[in-house]
Amino acid sequence: MKKLVYVFAIMLFIVACSKSDDTGGGNTNPDNYNRTAMQTNLADNIIIPRLQNLKFGLETLVDVGNTFTALPNQANLDNLRAIYVSTYKDWQLVEPFNIGQAEVMQYSFKMNVYPTNTADIEANIANGTYDLSAVGNNDAVGFPALDYMLHGVAATDIDILNKYADANYKTYLTDLIAQMNSLTQTVLTDWTTNYRSVFINSTSNTVSSAVNKFINDYIFYFEKALRANKFGIPGGVFSTTPLADKAEAIYNGTISRDLAIIALDNVQNIFNGKATSTSPVGEGFNKYLIELDRQDLATLINNRIDAARQKIQILDADLKTQVETDNTKMTEAYDALQLVVVSFKVDMLQAFNVSVDYVDADGD
Amino acid sequence: MSFNLNTYLNKTTDAAPLAVFRIGFGVMMCYGIIRYWLKGWIETVYIQPEFHFKYYGFEWVKTLGDYTYLLFLICGLSAFFVAIGYKYRLAIITFFISFTYIELMEKTTYLNHYYFISILSFLMIFLPANAYFSVDNYTSKVSFKNIPKWCIDAIKLLLGIVYFYAGLAKINSDWLLKAQPLKIWLRSKYDLPIIGETIMQQDWFHYAMSWSGMLYDLLIPFFLLYKRTRLAAFIMVIFFHVFTRVLFPIGMFPFVMIVSALIFFDAPFHHKIINTIKSCFGFISAKAQTITYQSVYPVRNRKLVLPILGLFFVLQLLIPFRYMLYPGELFWTEEGYRLSWRVMLMEKMGNTTFKIVDQKGQSFLINNSDFLTPLQEKQMSFQPDFILEYAHYLGDHFTKQGYKNVQVYAKSYVALNGRLSQLFIDESVNLYQEKESFKHKHWILPFKDEIKGL
Repeated sequence: MKKLVYVFAIMLFIVACSKSDDTGGGNTNPDNYNRTAMQTNLADNIIIPRLQNLKFGLETLVDVGNTFTALPNQANLDNLRAIYVSTYKDWQLVEPFNIGQAEVMQYSFKMNVYPTNTADIEANIANGTYDLSAVGNNDAVGFPALDYMLHGVAATDIDILNKYADANYKTYLTDLIAQMNSLTQTVLTDWTTNYRSVFINSTSNTVSSAVNKFINDYIFYFEKALRANKFGIPGGVFSTTPLADKAEAIYNGTISRDLAIIALDNVQNIFNGKATSTSPVGEGFNKYLIELDRQDLATLINNRIDAARQKIQILDADLKTQVETDNTKMTEAYDALQLVVVSFKVDMLQAFNVSVDYVDADGD
Repeated sequence: MSFNLNTYLNKTTDAAPLAVFRIGFGVMMCYGIIRYWLKGWIETVYIQPEFHFKYYGFEWVKTLGDYTYLLFLICGLSAFFVAIGYKYRLAIITFFISFTYIELMEKTTYLNHYYFISILSFLMIFLPANAYFSVDNYTSKVSFKNIPKWCIDAIKLLLGIVYFYAGLAKINSDWLLKAQPLKIWLRSKYDLPIIGETIMQQDWFHYAMSWSGMLYDLLIPFFLLYKRTRLAAFIMVIFFHVFTRVLFPIGMFPFVMIVSALIFFDAPFHHKIINTIKSCFGFISAKAQTITYQSVYPVRNRKLVLPILGLFFVLQLLIPFRYMLYPGELFWTEEGYRLSWRVMLMEKMGNTTFKIVDQKGQSFLINNSDFLTPLQEKQMSFQPDFILEYAHYLGDHFTKQGYKNVQVYAKSYVALNGRLSQLFIDESVNLYQEKESFKHKHWILPFKDEIKGL
């Protein structure tokens, strides 16, 4: 009973106060957060430039690939491998944007499904006929297939070069690169001619609005493509034993950690609305959270990403090797990334209160 | 002034309000079933999932596969028969059983208003809602102008309990002193025309809505009872429910409440409604002249009905307070949260992952989407009874697959009303060993903040 009296006393007090507030304009911080500005920053300073970079890299890859197939020697192979690495890094910056044309075409499924299916690749090469855009070939195309073609078709470089005496290998390599190039062209063209204006103007809080889809896609990317595919699955988090061969870029064998760090940096830059790690903080989720009085969460997310990065930086340059030598460090990195997932999926989604794209039911 | 129970129970009143209520209820339920069907939710909620969350004590309720459509058909038809008052008693019993069975099949879709419909239809089994203006009158050639007053008061009382308890639940520090969760919800409605970027973003508005929502729920039953405030109160009912309907995805509930509130009006109003209906179906009422009107409906088995309803209302008054028997913060543990008219009261989200460990010490994490639908996963992630039930399902699943001595551990983070998420479940507890019961779940970690209030 005492509790009740206490509560009612507070009620009366608040009623009295809030009355005077009404006229005094005691409000703080209206959510005038400019979502169009956020979307514009994402599109103009992050998404489109990253796609242009990737496109530029892939064009170089086409040229260097042609040079190699015309003359498969060690120098041309080394050159091709170097461009493959730099383009693969460019790709990491584009993979989160599974929206618009990229979503329609299942762009990322045609660019980076790993582990790649070497048996399918060899069968395609042997047959000489294939439809690389077929869903069944998603695990025989893209960067992982290229990884195999440049590092894995034989044990030594000499043997690899010998493989390319076969015209079918040359054609497959050329076709792989050509498909990646044309897919990227399609996505980029759509962004510049059509989707950009959709993206920056579709800012309502509905299931199908671009701003909500982007938030959902971004979190999904982080959880699935980054946390699970790069760390969780090879580290055996979801299986009774580690599955080292499911790591990224296993045939190259030296870049998977860096690819992961680039991907994580990219996630953080998108969060902070930054074009690159050295750019100033721009319009993005960070500022949006602060606008919603959630500085605590914005800071926590950056801290957790930083902590995850530290866990990744101490890993072997090749994550497959890391799994095989000391998997504990790998799962520790996974755990650190999982904390970021929690902050994104639970706290950030709650703060934004976005309509979630997968739940269709009444509430009460 | 002294209140004599017997005198009260013998009082009679016009039968029209209950008849109108019956029609409104039946029509809306019939529409609700059709709506659910057309949205494809029978498929996604009841047929597609391979696993269903069940209420404690109702694990025996089986899902029916494709026959679920038949169940919905029966439920919808019985609602229609209730509306027209044809074989009313059988129809309302069928509706109560089929509707309740549907709800018991899957806990994930629990809504207070489904529970409301279940208990309301239970109550209606005992009320002579077909005494007046029903097909039953036509077939039996007897109609009753009056019914016992308590028959209508019972519905008013139930509605009053729903509103008043919903108001009591809002007397807590998050709702009143932080304007949570309305602050989160209202601000996210920035895309509404005109008000979206203006008042929906104002602090004072969040508080005003929280406080007026609480006062509305507490007071509206009384304003509806009192004749001089009734019309104004009803206009508020319409405004309030339409407004919440615009803001939140709450389906049929606002319309159910608006139509239900009509019962508070006096009989002449209901006669007008009935006359309107009659004039629309003039060809039927022309034939209905053979009906003999009797003055008072005699309640059969009064000695049985009245104690049942008495017990029913005592339970309705007590059940929402059962949370007091549990330690810890109610919003956090949700022990005693359901069946208590805690409506739109908190913004709670979680992320819960499960680890399976076997005898050999092998362990792996579960990808929840392999077993649950997105809706199930969302609900499971922050409700302890769901977490426990799912842990047992996983334990059984992997035991069947041949793993020995399976242990199931949960790592769960939950955020409540805009607080930072915190660990929710004791990670060191093998949930496969824990049994569901009405006892407190000791493996729920304590809430690190405090919410004061009822």
